[in-house]
Amino acid sequence: MNQHILKKEELDAFIKKLAKRMKVVAPVAKGYDNFAFAEVTSADEIALKYVPTILPPKKYFMPVREKVLEFSADAKGFTQKPVVEYEETAIFGVHTCDLAGISCLNMVFSERPRDYNYLTRKDHLFIIGLECLSYCDEHASCALVNSHLPNGGYDLFFTDLGDKWIIHVNTQKGEDLVEGMGLPKASAADLAALEQARAAKREVFKNEIGVEAKKLPGIFAKAMKSKVWHGVGERCVSCGNCTNVCPTCYCFDMADSVGLDLRTGARTRTWDSCQFETFAKVAGNENFREERSERQRHRYFRKFSFPLDKFNRFFCTGCGRCTRTCMAKINLKETLKELAAEHN
Amino acid sequence: MPTQLVKEEIKNSNWKLRTGRIIAAKQMTPAEKWFDIALDDGELDHEPGQFVQVEIFGVGEAPISVCSSPTRKGSFELTVRAAGRLTKHMHSLGKGDVVGIRGPFGKPFPVKLMSGNDLLFVAGGLGIAPLRSLINYVMDNRKEFGKVDILLGCRTPKDMLFGDEVKVWEKRLDVNFNCTVDRTDPDWKGNVGLITTLIPGVTINPERTFSVVVGPPIMYKFVIAELLKKGVPEKQIVLSLERHMKCGMGKCGHCQIDHPKNYYCCKDGPTFTYDEVKDSPKL
Repeated sequence: MNQHILKKEELDAFIKKLAKRMKVVAPVAKGYDNFAFAEVTSADEIALKYVPTILPPKKYFMPVREKVLEFSADAKGFTQKPVVEYEETAIFGVHTCDLAGISCLNMVFSERPRDYNYLTRKDHLFIIGLECLSYCDEHASCALVNSHLPNGGYDLFFTDLGDKWIIHVNTQKGEDLVEGMGLPKASAADLAALEQARAAKREVFKNEIGVEAKKLPGIFAKAMKSKVWHGVGERCVSCGNCTNVCPTCYCFDMADSVGLDLRTGARTRTWDSCQFETFAKVAGNENFREERSERQRHRYFRKFSFPLDKFNRFFCTGCGRCTRTCMAKINLKETLKELAAEHN
Repeated sequence: MPTQLVKEEIKNSNWKLRTGRIIAAKQMTPAEKWFDIALDDGELDHEPGQFVQVEIFGVGEAPISVCSSPTRKGSFELTVRAAGRLTKHMHSLGKGDVVGIRGPFGKPFPVKLMSGNDLLFVAGGLGIAPLRSLINYVMDNRKEFGKVDILLGCRTPKDMLFGDEVKVWEKRLDVNFNCTVDRTDPDWKGNVGLITTLIPGVTINPERTFSVVVGPPIMYKFVIAELLKKGVPEKQIVLSLERHMKCGMGKCGHCQIDHPKNYYCCKDGPTFTYDEVKDSPKL
């Protein structure tokens, strides 16, 4: 364990030094209790205490829209160039729920056939985590899925110890940075304080739905025909907000665009949502998930059932974004409780 | 700014296209057009039941089943129904035109498992396209298989695809062929009725029969019920499911089927045994 110390009054110098090396993004207050990851150059712009940002940091790994292929065509034939765009960026202040989300996406995109657009960008992102020692709000369910404690997935990880941060250094890149800035090593007393903070945290963060996580696979195994989906489907307005803000949703659509010269163009990947009516529609108008209830069921299965087979973990990180953003007040914790109640 | 946006070429990108040249094309019906495509960089190297992504520059991509058998070398064939944006555009293409190709993708029909068994093919409508890749494979490796029955159903006699080949299948002594139309016309002398009506008339040894069924979702429901009635084991009923695969790499999410298991049609399918997907509310 390699732990360093940063005094709180030195955060501004830390951010400024970091911003000299690369672009720095961090949670910034946007008003009405909304926060967003945006570029910062000093510490006073950063919201250190924040409710999960509107969009998770996945937007840096997988932009809302990205070119994957450029092409040009004329009478002689055509040429193509697969491309990726990236920028050396440090993401500061990533909560453990979002670290878990990034790990999920890393697994998906490194599975063969690999997605080199995602993987290239990932190599140029420096991740600085920030621990929550209390709940952000009542919608979080991170303890249920065990993402309230850090499980790797970062270069540096900050935990608040009152007048200072203790920084866990997890990578060589992180080591080089803190050594370069001359941050002192943590003392035995600091390590003890960290242990104490974690112990106190374990008392605060408890399973938020009163249903054990290990029971969820069994509940979902019998949930395909559950009545709960009808209730959820009746409220859903198919806006796609829940999937856009989800740190583990990555479904996308592909489209071509042509330049005004009618010779050059590009193939573009855009975020898509399984909540949209056309998502599972095929030629000939057959729609495999025509009903909103079917689409909502699909979303829940993609969080609590399918990924267990393939990746041995839930693809819900407990961040609570889908519940916060839902205009129809579809509540993830409530839905899980209803499914569990029906199962018993 | 300390850093700037970097744009790099990805040499091994899976979005890279192969160039396909249309060497022959034919309008089969008003809705369906057939294409014979040769790749500039060699064989497609596919197996029966796989599909490719066809790209028309500036229009986009669509997944299309390969309808030719890999035993026929040099080029591959597609049957394209004008149903969406890409496919409608494709109908305006002809000999000499160039398209982008990615693939082949997907799990092929289990030809190795099927060898040494009797085969019962059931095709409805455009389902004959993917199934033809397997039928012709079997024709070219005929001695590896037992008795072969082909049942074909289409809406009207005019909708029948691959009419010339169908005539050959009708004549061949090593294949039993039967066909039906939903609605007849004055020149039609064959069966009229749904394809399910042909199944009871087929003599099979269910334990050693593989039945491969390809058609619209509604057909699966009724044909599978008939096959189960005949005693064909669930593991020996093979289907090819239709979904709109946007990437072919098991990522975009569009082709995932509703099933407790994590099935992507593009990677885990499009061919499935009935045993694998029977818990899905909609095939």
